[in-house]
Amino acid sequence: MPGYPPAALLLEDSMKTALRKKLLRDMLFARRFEEQCYQDYQVRKIGGFLHLYPGQEACAHGVMAAARPGEDYVITGYRDHVHALVCGVPAKEVMAELYGKATGSSGGFGGSMHIFDASKHFMGGYALVGGPFPLAAGLAKALKMQGRDEIAICFLGDAANNQGTFHETLNMASVWELPVLFICENNLYGIGTSIERSTAELDQYKRVAAYRIPAAQADGQDIEVVHEAAQIAVNHVREKGTPYFLELKTYRFRGHSMSDGGAYRSKEEVEEWRKKDPLEILLARMIEDGEITREEYDAWDEEILSEIEDEIVPFAENSPDPDPADLTRYVLVEDDPYVHGGPSKGGA
Amino acid sequence: MAQMQFWDAIRRAYDEEMARDPMVITMGEDVAVAGGTYKATNGLYETYGGERVIDTPISEGSFMGIATGASMLGVRPVVEIMSVNFAWLAMDQLFNSAAKIRYMSGGQLMCPLVVRSPGGTAHQLAAQHSARMEKVFMGIAGLRVVTPSNPKQAYGMLKAAIRCNDPVFINEHERMYNLAGEVPDEEYFHPLEGSEVARPGRDITLFGYNISVHWCLRAAEELSKQGIEAEVVDLFALNPLDREGIKASVSKTHRAIIVEEAEAPVGVGSEVMAIINEECFWELDAPPARVSAVNTPIPYAANLEKLVIPTEKDVVSKVLEVLGRG
Repeated sequence: MPGYPPAALLLEDSMKTALRKKLLRDMLFARRFEEQCYQDYQVRKIGGFLHLYPGQEACAHGVMAAARPGEDYVITGYRDHVHALVCGVPAKEVMAELYGKATGSSGGFGGSMHIFDASKHFMGGYALVGGPFPLAAGLAKALKMQGRDEIAICFLGDAANNQGTFHETLNMASVWELPVLFICENNLYGIGTSIERSTAELDQYKRVAAYRIPAAQADGQDIEVVHEAAQIAVNHVREKGTPYFLELKTYRFRGHSMSDGGAYRSKEEVEEWRKKDPLEILLARMIEDGEITREEYDAWDEEILSEIEDEIVPFAENSPDPDPADLTRYVLVEDDPYVHGGPSKGGA
Repeated sequence: MAQMQFWDAIRRAYDEEMARDPMVITMGEDVAVAGGTYKATNGLYETYGGERVIDTPISEGSFMGIATGASMLGVRPVVEIMSVNFAWLAMDQLFNSAAKIRYMSGGQLMCPLVVRSPGGTAHQLAAQHSARMEKVFMGIAGLRVVTPSNPKQAYGMLKAAIRCNDPVFINEHERMYNLAGEVPDEEYFHPLEGSEVARPGRDITLFGYNISVHWCLRAAEELSKQGIEAEVVDLFALNPLDREGIKASVSKTHRAIIVEEAEAPVGVGSEVMAIINEECFWELDAPPARVSAVNTPIPYAANLEKLVIPTEKDVVSKVLEVLGRG
């Protein structure tokens, strides 16, 4: 991918090193977490559908490094584990959710595609492609009405842009001036159909022009490029209170989901993209700049693998199943006084 | 008690709730500057401004989602869908998001969203403006469905729905906005669950909702002249349905007819009949029956449209048939 600007974060060297280290370690953690999910799915400890993130780590981590994780409101699709982690949702609780346990981030009611943590302002993973577009704009509408400083950030893939919700929501977000940042992680495939075969305009940011929303495109494999582009985007939304659209060119190393045979793309293509592994790109640059050694990186890896093996997986394994008595608990609010004629009618 | 038209009762509920709570907003096609197709939002834009009374583009699928997203952070949106037929376009966000977010988040989030929409047949509007869709909404777990039959209910239900923490769909009727009725002068919240005996009787129960309550009442008046005392039960809540109320009335009259403007398959009638079977089968002196629309898209021609939709005469005939007097 030629033509992207070089990474040039305007940070002091020491801060730059600290941030790079944090981002690299966080991305490594996300990679290992997802690989653990892959293994646990193979032995059916995790059910349902499972959509993994390796290859795209620079997108979620780079964007949120420019935002306020845990404060800004984040919403995404079904490939949601890592976005939750980046917002500060405890990894143990994400894993327990995948295991369908009561200690899971959604109490076992959601699963892989529906991680939620309201306390971290992580407003969910959703399974309907394009569904989160209007929900994100709605979060932004609420933030605007309440005069708050936080923004809404919506992470979705390129294929979501072929839904009506993309066009309808961008139009309304623009007309109504809503503080929402749309991040398009363009991984070039909608399930198993390539963007060339499904989409008239390959550059997703160009599709936004019709809605008079500022839009940009950046290399989604280089986290420093992502961070820089995202900082411009986040600043725009927070300062102007109006939407922005950022397209990140990326690639998923694994299939769409675990049931993906991968027949729709060549081994050569996957291998080419594996050379643009976001972890390797940042690691190589940091080694070159004398900020880390391969040995230090490997030591992190050991620590992370131990944490997953000794703490995260056992927590999920040993947690209780959801209580069958809670099966219908969250369908309707049972003690809502207005259901029974208002508080004066003794409706609780 | 003052006489008030249905549209004005809705407008009053909006006005009181919007004056009380700055997080109550309304959005939909032509609700603001134009004042609402049926005047239900008339004057709100002038009072509460464009940030809270919002004319949407014609994008049902997404403004339903925007309302849902805002409701997750404590805004209380009332969405008006101009005609219930257009609600098909908004089903994904209503069913897959609003009705499920509380459940799939394990109770962390709520969607206190209200959707109001008129359905039903009215003056030759033809197939794509005459849907009766309550059967679709009432089958969705996580979505409350109510349907007012008079201005008092319309007023009290909207107020209760705005304050309720669940998503609520209010099924209105295109032909009922000018209906007048008494509305309490003081603030009133109508329950979102239960049923009401609109006319007591002993010989048979007529279950109606929304416009069909009026057909049932007129039929009961006619039957009374023939010495038959029909009880009319107003099923103002369709999800959840009032199992106890259905059981109580059938246990008293031992006969039941469900009257609906919608076509019969997979509808209110079939669901109420199933509840009668489950709750009070042995109380029955005759098989329950239905009075429903013919199962077609709604035709345009005036004579054909009339043929599709039941009338109080059909209700009277069905009562006589069930009582063995046909």
